[in-house]
Amino acid sequence: MKKWLPFITIAVIVVWTYGSIKGFNNTAVVYEEDAKTTWSNVESSYQRRTDLIPNLVATVKGYAAHESETLEAVIKARAAATSMKIDTGNLSPEKMAQFQKAQQGLSGALGRLMVVAERYPDLKANTNFLELQSQLEGTENRINVARNRFNNGVNAYNKHIKIFPNSVFAGWLGFEEMARYQAAEGSEKAPEVKF
Amino acid sequence: MKAHCTPSVLRLFLFLLCVSFATRAQEDLLPVPKVHTSLYDQAAFLSKGEHFALEQKLLRYQDSTSTQIVVVTVTSIGSNDISMYGAELAQKWGIGQKGKDNGVLLLVAKNERKINISTGYGVEHLLTDALSRRIIETLIKPQFKLQNYYAGLDQATTAIIQVLSGEFDAAPKAKRTKNNSKIKALFILVVLVFFLLFRNKKGGGGNGSRSHSSDLLTALLLSNMGSRRGFGGSAGFGGGGFGGGFGGGSFGGGGASGGW
Repeated sequence: MKKWLPFITIAVIVVWTYGSIKGFNNTAVVYEEDAKTTWSNVESSYQRRTDLIPNLVATVKGYAAHESETLEAVIKARAAATSMKIDTGNLSPEKMAQFQKAQQGLSGALGRLMVVAERYPDLKANTNFLELQSQLEGTENRINVARNRFNNGVNAYNKHIKIFPNSVFAGWLGFEEMARYQAAEGSEKAPEVKF
Repeated sequence: MKAHCTPSVLRLFLFLLCVSFATRAQEDLLPVPKVHTSLYDQAAFLSKGEHFALEQKLLRYQDSTSTQIVVVTVTSIGSNDISMYGAELAQKWGIGQKGKDNGVLLLVAKNERKINISTGYGVEHLLTDALSRRIIETLIKPQFKLQNYYAGLDQATTAIIQVLSGEFDAAPKAKRTKNNSKIKALFILVVLVFFLLFRNKKGGGGNGSRSHSSDLLTALLLSNMGSRRGFGGSAGFGGGGFGGGFGGGSFGGGGASGGW
């Protein structure tokens, strides 16, 4: 009996290690895939916003054609944002930062356009513009919701791979921390309104 | 032994820590209510009669269309953005049917004087953001300003019902029974085949075993009928809330918000 004890101990340890690594790996894969799925929602919400812009620009142009500077800024920012796509397989922090920057550029340009629109009572009363405005608001909310869910998904994944002893297994199996969607720089400050 | 114990204890502790963190993020959302119904007037905008009328109207609507329109009034949503709060609350409660995502939440925050309509994925294309906003601006706002809270909510829900008319029907329950009976028929078939095979092997078989098997068969058939009757009973609507509770619909932030 005594002779077998070391073997049994080793067998138990091997089985236990295998079990916990397998459990860790499978849960990590599930969390990772979930987070990636939510990322596609973030991208499609942003896409929805980009799709609204041509219509919005056309409508504003009809009433405020001489605000060409603001309008062009929006078109440019839209082009920059459209060119920036992230493959869900490559959600690296650098790519994410670039994506955020492009989208924030568009948010800023859109914000300025809306401030400009405030100066044109006819435009503000235009039903088409009102509809577009509410669609834009709804889309911004969709973006917020999608981003929030993405961050929750990333949180769950990161927590899973960072706690001990999972952190050790994650190192062996090559699970890396995923980047969260950061709040926009300066978004904690209220936007400046000039008259 | 002690060295062996610590990692697992540590892991358990960390796990519990994680769980408590995960729940904290959702803490300011209202918990899922025990009784799933169409109206939660926490801020007490409505009288008893009005409460009953609005609740019944929305319950009847879900009965005929499976679409769940839920009205929630709260005293305060704190520092939350009402659009986001509405979407997350509706998602958490699972308003609307799973797969159809045909849920609508009308949320009113009393202290903040804010209104939000959150639309499920399945109704976004009908009850668009623009329409939701128009409902808030033209139907709810004017009535709320005059403190006609019931009129505002009643007209708004009627408008939502009109917008969604014809899109959904109460088919899922009928479908589910059909599926169920198909599976049951297959099951009975398998049992029958086994029964016949068994008899063949025995070569005629004694009287006793035969009667035993047919007893089993009758029992199965009877239990099948019984369960079907049971299902029909649960589909019936007792007046205490949605027939099948909230169905697990999903929300992605569609809708509109406004203040009064």
